Amino acid sequence: MNNINIKGTDDTPSVILDKDKGLFEISGRSLPEDVNMFYEQILDWIDEYAKSPNDRTEFNFKLEYFNTASSKVILDILLKFEEIVENGKEVVIKWHYHEDEEDMLEAGEEYADIVEIPFDYVVYNQ
Amino acid sequence: MEKENQGFLEFAYQLYKTMKTNEINLVYEGEVTQEITKTFTSLTEKSLSKSAESNTVQKKVFNVMVECLQNISKHADSLNDEDEERRGIVMVSKGEDSYNIITGNVIKNEKVPELKKSLELINSLDKEGLSTLFKQQIKETTISDKGGAGLGLIDIAKKTGSKLTYQFKELNENVSFFILTSTIKRN
Repeated sequence: MNNINIKGTDDTPSVILDKDKGLFEISGRSLPEDVNMFYEQILDWIDEYAKSPNDRTEFNFKLEYFNTASSKVILDILLKFEEIVENGKEVVIKWHYHEDEEDMLEAGEEYADIVEIPFDYVVYNQ
Repeated sequence: MEKENQGFLEFAYQLYKTMKTNEINLVYEGEVTQEITKTFTSLTEKSLSKSAESNTVQKKVFNVMVECLQNISKHADSLNDEDEERRGIVMVSKGEDSYNIITGNVIKNEKVPELKKSLELINSLDKEGLSTLFKQQIKETTISDKGGAGLGLIDIAKKTGSKLTYQFKELNENVSFFILTSTIKRN
């Protein structure tokens, strides 16, 4: 399947989705006004991926900021991966947060409460 | 004419003085769009990064500004129905112990009771209660046509850890002016 490689902007994140290399990452800022428009192709890609997922998927979220509309879409993404878990594949969410940013850690913990996927929290400091 | 000019000069000076006394860093009245949101948040971000403010506070101010501005650009009503613009007033002030982000916009009277109810509910909850409400809402909500998730105010309350201060001033039988102050403690 085709890869997704989107470069981030002031208000949209960088996205890398590469099944063959096993790279799954959303990073940077996500505060677009129209989240549906930005995330549509990403959600479509994940639907396609879910049809024949890798045995193990490690999905990295390394977000600096996201608005509440994006937070809803992130949940939609996680729910799609929850289904992949239910179908017997392994998925791990790597949730990166800056050491000064407890809010970002808490956001990850809230998602982990909602979806049945293991979360690894990765702290960074630069 | 001469006299009128003098009046404006005096007004500009009084405004400047008021802003200085109240440590207001930013005032804007006008249409609130995504471009405006991006411009203001990046201006604020730049001025904060030059200050000695902690990273945690800087990020909270940024986050809260985004939610406040996007609330206006998605929900503000106008004084008359022909006007499609979503306008508002935005102020950022820096006090001894906190930053205040003050926004104001016109809202239809018919929407006031529901918004009031949400604000009262949010203000009645502690940190844990807000987190529970957020998790419940994020599961149930769908993204509206305007691109909102109905989570902005809960998020602001969570991130600031302060009660939301608000007021509704009725302008006429159709619309009111809604003022919201979000306070971010500096330590």
